[in-house]
Amino acid sequence: MQETPASMNTSVFEDTIARDQRIEPRDWMPDAYRATLVRQIAQHAHSEIIGMQPEGEWITRAPSLRRKAILFAKVQDEAGHGLYLYSAAETLGADRTDMTERLIDGRQKYSSIFNYPTRTFADVGVIGWFVDGAAICNQVPLCRTSYGPYGRAMVRVCKEESFHQRQGYELLLTMMRGTDEQRAMVQDAVDRWWWPSLMMFGPPDDDSPNSARSMAWGIKRHSNDVLRQRFVDMTVPQAEKLGVTLPDPGLRWNEERGHHDFSAPDWDELKRVVSGDGPCNAERIARRRAAHEEGAWVRRAAAAHAAKRTARSRRGAAA
Amino acid sequence: MTDEDLYVDGDGARWAFGTGFTDPLHGIDQTVPDGVDAEDLAACCLALGDDALVSAQRLAEWCTRAPELEEELALANIGLDLLGQARLLYARAGRADGTGHGEDAYAYFRDPEDFRNIRLAELPGGDFAFTVARLLVLSVWRLAVCEALATAPDPVLAAIAAKSVKELAYHRRWAAEWTVRLGDGTEESAARMRAALDELAPWLDELLSDSTAARLGAEPAAVAARTRLELFHVLADAGLNRSTDVSPLDTSAFLPGSGRNGQHTPHLAPLLAELQSVARAHPDASW
Amino acid sequence: MSPTSKAEWPLYEVFVRGKRGLNHVHVGSLRAADDDMALLHARDLYTRRNEGVSIWAVRSDTIAASAPDEKDPFFAPSGDKVYRHPTFYDIPDDVPHI
Repeated sequence: MQETPASMNTSVFEDTIARDQRIEPRDWMPDAYRATLVRQIAQHAHSEIIGMQPEGEWITRAPSLRRKAILFAKVQDEAGHGLYLYSAAETLGADRTDMTERLIDGRQKYSSIFNYPTRTFADVGVIGWFVDGAAICNQVPLCRTSYGPYGRAMVRVCKEESFHQRQGYELLLTMMRGTDEQRAMVQDAVDRWWWPSLMMFGPPDDDSPNSARSMAWGIKRHSNDVLRQRFVDMTVPQAEKLGVTLPDPGLRWNEERGHHDFSAPDWDELKRVVSGDGPCNAERIARRRAAHEEGAWVRRAAAAHAAKRTARSRRGAAA
Repeated sequence: MTDEDLYVDGDGARWAFGTGFTDPLHGIDQTVPDGVDAEDLAACCLALGDDALVSAQRLAEWCTRAPELEEELALANIGLDLLGQARLLYARAGRADGTGHGEDAYAYFRDPEDFRNIRLAELPGGDFAFTVARLLVLSVWRLAVCEALATAPDPVLAAIAAKSVKELAYHRRWAAEWTVRLGDGTEESAARMRAALDELAPWLDELLSDSTAARLGAEPAAVAARTRLELFHVLADAGLNRSTDVSPLDTSAFLPGSGRNGQHTPHLAPLLAELQSVARAHPDASW
Repeated sequence: MSPTSKAEWPLYEVFVRGKRGLNHVHVGSLRAADDDMALLHARDLYTRRNEGVSIWAVRSDTIAASAPDEKDPFFAPSGDKVYRHPTFYDIPDDVPHI
């Protein structure tokens, strides 16, 4: 096969993006596009997997069997979403074992939000409402991302996650109709999760060095600040209905902009948590590492059995 | 076109998404029929419900600790099935025993001595080999029981059993495949499987002599014979049988007492303390 | 699977038939040690919501795929054979059932 000139590859690639068509796994793509995607998809997949931990701790303690089933199914979905995303990354030549190793030795990141602890069962509700709500704001546009397998994985994730946010909000509604103690638990959880949730959208646009290129390549469809604004506008009326106060004295409707004004989160805190110094970073990674290492004998055994089975069937065929 | 339109109406059509969910008890009269001993029925539902709840709790402990991500999904699916069975059985127990209790009254507000699960279910989680071995035994046995109960004289229990049969057949398949993989895989995995089988052997007799469901159609001797035979075949495939005897596990170290009478190991109390912690800390709360 | 892969289990591609009358559709991939495990994993991962009536799992390294570089020799030649399409033919509106 003759080598295609690089310039021709580039123009086909750029033309495909310009026509809002999808890049597919075996297409030529610039190395930096591939690397950016692998980093972003791996980070997204890791977030789903690490994100199982803060809520997963409450499955065995859920206070009703109905809540137990809902939470068990939700956390299981997150494992599934992680797998859809690893599957998309593998189409780019990334290897899941390799990505897992990069996660547990800190070379690849996951969403900073999962480094905060879950203190009461109200946190389960607030995570569903805020964290899954923010995730939906981020992910719905990604259904149209320029890389085909990533977009298709996001379609499936978004479809499935619509229940995640609703179950959280419904739990909070129920708790707000319960005892004073429960209402206090909900407000406390809202106070703790509001700012970390705003940080989920990443640093402000003027401090987000890779954003412009990702937007030009159609990997990202909206800037961090646009999505953050969308989340705030969506959440304010939901908080009113619920009867909780969002912990930002600067939060108010701006008639002129047609959006809510809100205060900036503590970006230094985001930097600290992203760089590994959040309340639960070490614990989250230790758990993931332990599961990976303690499962090694199981994975090896299954592979050994498969190899023996293949050998036996070859011998059987030869005999 | 907005993003939302695109993913709902455009790409969405490409996917096969789940549609419609069935209520296993739809259209079934909840009255306990004449000729069914309500006390027997309640005891049977409670015992099988407790087995399922305690097993589901042990499986939930695997969450975020499974040996591979795909197995997270498998273990959670099995746990969710068993949790679903427990909920249906508790609802039936509440009707049959005349208290009208809901599922949560049974799960959260009984003490260890009031639980009626067999002790095998409450033993601590152990390693993956122990989880596989225990699930194999429990699902083979429970499948035999539920197949018999699918024609029980109580139509609600029969419907719950018929639904459970489909789920348990899958659990048995998952556990049997893993038993063979681990038994045949590496020296380490075979040793771990053998250790797991040794550990659960003393608790097997409680299961095989259980007569909880006898008066509703699950004849203990038949259930026991079938359980032994199926275990024998799976363990033979896995190279784990100790002898050619159809009683594959050494039950001579049988431990007296029975969870069916509320006699439990020390492992049940901490399991329940965790399960019930939030519910009991806020007894007036609604969730 | 690339020869440098660290993974213990090979990659499988999964295809699900959503309901009777439809084709199997590619839904993604997973890792499994053997074919039996691949089917169970596919069931647990891709049909948690009642999505399927049939599953295929195929080892990714056994799939023969056309190369994007050869897109033109493969697919362009069928592009101009307009006579294969029913709209190529002019039939008066008043001819029934055609």
